[in-house]
Amino acid sequence: MSNPQHLQYTKEHEWLTVAEDGVSTVGITKHAADALGDIVYVQLPEVGDTVTAGETCGELESTKSVSDLYSPVTGEITEVNQAVLDDNALVNGEPFDGGWLFKVRVESTDELLSADEYTALTNPSA
Amino acid sequence: MSSLRLTALDALHRALGATMTDFAGWDMPLRYGSEREEHLAVRTRAGLFDLSHMGEITVTGPQAGEMLDHALVGFVSALGVLRARYTMICAEDGGILDDLIVYRLREDAFLVVANASNAQLVLDELIARAKGFDAVVTDDRDTYALIAVQGPEATGILADTTDADLPGLKYYAILPAQVAGRDVLLARTGYTGEDGFEIFCHPGDAEQIWQSLTAAGADRGLVPCGLSCRDTLRLEAGMPLYGHELSTELTPFDAGLGRVVRFDKTTNEGAFIGRKALEKAAAAAEANPPRVLVGLVSEGKRVPRAEYSVVSADGEPIGRITSGAPSPTLGKPIAIAYVDAAHAAPGTTVAVDVRGKHEPVQVVALPFYKRAR
Repeated sequence: MSNPQHLQYTKEHEWLTVAEDGVSTVGITKHAADALGDIVYVQLPEVGDTVTAGETCGELESTKSVSDLYSPVTGEITEVNQAVLDDNALVNGEPFDGGWLFKVRVESTDELLSADEYTALTNPSA
Repeated sequence: MSSLRLTALDALHRALGATMTDFAGWDMPLRYGSEREEHLAVRTRAGLFDLSHMGEITVTGPQAGEMLDHALVGFVSALGVLRARYTMICAEDGGILDDLIVYRLREDAFLVVANASNAQLVLDELIARAKGFDAVVTDDRDTYALIAVQGPEATGILADTTDADLPGLKYYAILPAQVAGRDVLLARTGYTGEDGFEIFCHPGDAEQIWQSLTAAGADRGLVPCGLSCRDTLRLEAGMPLYGHELSTELTPFDAGLGRVVRFDKTTNEGAFIGRKALEKAAAAAEANPPRVLVGLVSEGKRVPRAEYSVVSADGEPIGRITSGAPSPTLGKPIAIAYVDAAHAAPGTTVAVDVRGKHEPVQVVALPFYKRAR
């Protein structure tokens, strides 16, 4: 599995885009989506909410388990992906594209990993 | 990497890209792709499962039947040759040690199939309980691999690989047969709520049999299926899973399965391990029913999970979830729970504490799903 080079990553298996006009897009990695299995419920923060880096801001529920969604950044939510709320399978099918979760105006970030660092974290033998 | 046990089909699972999981010390396929698709394939077409983790124990000898009547709660010696029965092994105090399927292979030979997580305990218990009987208990866990083909297309698929009389093989029966040219024990049993077969074969033949079934099923929508969908299939079918609905803390009567306890056994003067405690449990269940095993259906999207509390309309704790999952067939979250008898009537609205939030759910009769016959 390849993690796109242009994205930044967290140890909690989120990805985010390099901020454009101060706004980053956030999602979960394919590694995380594969580990969860079929996602059946997605709870996201709402537009206007302030999220805090390293703190939970939502929930992803799969057939087998429920997982907290951690925000990789501190800032205000500017958009959530309605398509994902309508069709949770997008997170499994296109985790790096159509399965994005929310956009956030970035004030500060957690420690972020490069694609290579994240790949090494999730696949130590590679 | 680890000391997980591998089934004879391990290389095949990896070639198929399965997500593997540690299940009772075995490295087993959890899913190959989408567990929801696998589940729906079994309901509408067919699925192929590796169940080689299950624990096979053979009991042979002139007193094999009497020995099992003594050791288990069922009336095993009354079972016809080549027939099977769902039964349990209980402790002296009536607590359930495992639930089992017993197949009578010959007049003097029985195949006991235990859950992987309990197989060693069941084996040890059977050996101990065989003392004084002319019967031999054999650990056959490594003798067999177990492959299941389940779903409405299972008979047609299997028919392409065997000359066995499939229409003549009744539900809960077993037959020595050849599948893909290999000697097997072919049983019409399963844990999915669908028609289907379980094939006990030599581990060295497992790959050949799996590949033959895969080829025969290619144009009938057969897909490989992992343990994740096996769990949601059995949950929809209302079938208990040891460690969830069944435990040493519960008797068969607590679990609503008192019918498996055969007080009418005539062998060994009717004596069997656990009888005294189970008679008390039966009387208590009749006079003052304990918590009752019920189905719950949610209209929401959040899933009631095992160990979550069930609460009444006014927030009082009245029970505990034992299994829960999003139901692919119903399209809603479902759960099995033990609830106080006063709240157990189908149609009652109760709630589940989903991480601090009370989600309303409705009590329904089990099973959630029953196939059209």
